Amino acid sequence: MKSEKIHELYFGDVDHPVTTYDRRDFLKRLGGGIIIILSFSELSLLSGCKPKEGEEEERPDFNAYLHIKEDGSVDCLTGKIEMGQGAITSLAQELAEELEVPFESVNMVMGDTDLCPYDAGTWGSLTTRFEGPVIRAAGAEAREILIGLAAKELGVSEKQLEASEGAVFDKNDKSKKISYADLTKGQKIVQQLKKAPELKKSKDFDIVGKSVISIDAVDKVTGKAVYSGDVKLPGMVYATIVRPQVWGSKKLSVDASGLESFEGAELIEDGDLVAVVHPDPEIASKAAQKVNVEWDAPESMADTETIFKYLVDNIAEGETNEEGGALATGREACETIVEAEYHDGYKAHSPVEPHTATCYFEGDKLTMWASSQTPFGTREALAETFGMPKEKVHLKQIFLGGGFGGKIYNPQAIEVARIAKLSGKPVQLAYTRREEFFNDYFRPAAVVKSTSGVDGEGKMKLWEFDIYCAGSRGTGLSYLYDIPNNRTRTFNKGDIHPFSTGAWRAPGNNTTTFARESQIDATAHAAGIDPLEFRLNNITNAEMKATLELAAETFNWNKEKPEGHGYGISLGWDAGTYVAMIAEVKVDKATGHVQPIRVVCAQDMGQVVNPHGAMVQTEGGITMGLGYALTEEVEFDWGRVITRNFDSYHFTKFSMTPKIECVFIDKMDAAPEGGGEPAIICVGGAIANAVFDACGARVNRMPITPERILAALG
Amino acid sequence: MKQNVSFKLNGKSVEVEVNGDESLLTVIRTYLDHTGTKYGCGMGHCGSCTVLIDKEPVRSCMMYAEDVAGKEITTIEGLAQGEELHPVQKAFVEHDALQCGYCTPGMIMNATGLLLKKPDMTREEIIEGMEDNLCRCGSYMRIIDAIQSAGKEMKGGM
Repeated sequence: MKSEKIHELYFGDVDHPVTTYDRRDFLKRLGGGIIIILSFSELSLLSGCKPKEGEEEERPDFNAYLHIKEDGSVDCLTGKIEMGQGAITSLAQELAEELEVPFESVNMVMGDTDLCPYDAGTWGSLTTRFEGPVIRAAGAEAREILIGLAAKELGVSEKQLEASEGAVFDKNDKSKKISYADLTKGQKIVQQLKKAPELKKSKDFDIVGKSVISIDAVDKVTGKAVYSGDVKLPGMVYATIVRPQVWGSKKLSVDASGLESFEGAELIEDGDLVAVVHPDPEIASKAAQKVNVEWDAPESMADTETIFKYLVDNIAEGETNEEGGALATGREACETIVEAEYHDGYKAHSPVEPHTATCYFEGDKLTMWASSQTPFGTREALAETFGMPKEKVHLKQIFLGGGFGGKIYNPQAIEVARIAKLSGKPVQLAYTRREEFFNDYFRPAAVVKSTSGVDGEGKMKLWEFDIYCAGSRGTGLSYLYDIPNNRTRTFNKGDIHPFSTGAWRAPGNNTTTFARESQIDATAHAAGIDPLEFRLNNITNAEMKATLELAAETFNWNKEKPEGHGYGISLGWDAGTYVAMIAEVKVDKATGHVQPIRVVCAQDMGQVVNPHGAMVQTEGGITMGLGYALTEEVEFDWGRVITRNFDSYHFTKFSMTPKIECVFIDKMDAAPEGGGEPAIICVGGAIANAVFDACGARVNRMPITPERILAALG
Repeated sequence: MKQNVSFKLNGKSVEVEVNGDESLLTVIRTYLDHTGTKYGCGMGHCGSCTVLIDKEPVRSCMMYAEDVAGKEITTIEGLAQGEELHPVQKAFVEHDALQCGYCTPGMIMNATGLLLKKPDMTREEIIEGMEDNLCRCGSYMRIIDAIQSAGKEMKGGM
């Protein structure tokens, strides 16, 4: 998929189902057994991801399927990938629940473009919300088929039969039973899910709603889990790309005479792509340093400090996203008005596994292992690059060492394939950490300007929110605060940034939630009202209110504060989930150092499939969020990215980690909502407000560094 | 300058031809196909490539191949005894102290090295000893708990 399209989709609320339906035959590749085809594209894909006109016939007609094999084991095939978010476990739980098989008998086959059906990408906290329900439906359908087969075998009516633990029993005579393996033997039944089969009620769940440890944990603690850089092919060479110093530079000339002293080193030149390949990765790297490329670099327009003014000055066109009442009326009704501007610098995704891909061409076919959140999109991009049919490009299943949105974009996959094409050998390209900081699709720097006002009763009457470069995701007031006179506008311009920017875990929502919750807090303080009381007094959305009350109760908001400690609240909404977070920090007024002490996060995320997995994701989001709130900032002078490694880009470390407590509202009968992203959006605001509470420093720019705290304290 | 270097890898003697100035990480991953040890930053900042050399946790990306002659190297592949996981591995699984799993081998090797010296580390000592191992998924809280519980088992078993 084109990055502009991803940008457009991802920065809006990721909540729109699509209505595409088309067909392709996968079934030839499968052996016997029972195969359930799921046409759940109606439910799952993003509206903008539907095939282009005329392409329908080439697309698959289903988005996941389930295959009960003749030995009774079950393959669950899905285009989603596993990058640590735990879908490999929760989807298996959902299938096992409905199919009535032991959890361990489910084999997850994920993200293989030859085996698995099309999927737009693993992003937007979509998997549990949209793929889970359909996998459950497939499991239920297969269960019904198996009961039908058993009725014939056992000579008993279907009504008298029950499925459990991979077998069908006679309810009246438990000794009368037949296993799924025996039922499946010699069969080839292909059934397309058309109607909604009867799903189990949550009160009957055996596996869903139970905490399950990640099924890939043993592979990951023993070093057996395979990532793209662990694939080694016969005759493979390693590539090092010669990069310019400044992003967006154009190649002028190449002097590769220095390569002569490296036996076996081969220069690859294809347009602006200049690389060296060698069977030894370190020699490839050393040799590449001897290739001199002259580049024409773009002129600097802004740097780390001046970027905010640059963005505001250069984006004139805005659009109104939400409007209510009249701003002038609101202004008149207010006794207290607060006006502020918020800044957020560029953030890197920084997965510990850099972008990596390993591939080979064989005849007219390209096979690749790539650390990609979008294997199908990557396949399309590769097919387009080489003018190949999509069917000739095969992305294989592989673990990802983190993604966070950064591996939606896969320049390394295109680069490695171009190099492999020219060298005629299998090639591996693993970005160095420096390349990872150079080629990232950074979370964009952004500015939010806000004016808010409150009347004499503590009711908010005015809300103006102008967002530059962070989109509108999660800003809908109906989920958050009840403010009668309001206007939210977004200001964007595609090519405004000095380098690539893109989706970063709950894109835009981190920045806007920080700005909104800081502004709400500042307004409460200006009106002399406790921030919790102020929020409760201005929320009418029942879910949001209940979530905040749960957080406040869990945290014990009114408890006494130790010297130098502060509490901060932040509320947010993302991917269908309501989040209320309260942070406690300790601030050293002399140095500006912030120590997070405790974070309580309450969420209304609907049905929770794997409470343990949801907990791990929420803790992870909070821990990661502390980095963007306190320490993460990409330094640059336009396209010259000064940040190069983890000594100059600091994300959360052990010592920064607070005590984290996550509580979820019990809603097992509701539909599941997003879990991977929501919690992280509240961290910036909760920390900013806690810092203010601790020491009186209102820092309106993230990261909230010691220097900025000291400056705010004067 | 090609040369042969001999050392012990996970209890087995190996001899490998090296240039001498390549990193131990490259030797382990690329020459000896032990891919459990990961590259994260190449500068010793993140700890993904941590292995034990004579029971000391070391960043293999910062170590020259020629400097490991005669040493005993343990990687993530060498911890378990057959199917029986090492106490630290077991604790990481039980606490689900991982998400994407990419930093996990380095975390486990660093923790194992620390625990071999002091199985009953305090929370603060664990944080100090683990501080430069980075996890982007944010599993630190669980890793600390896992190391504490592994320490109890290692202390009991030694």
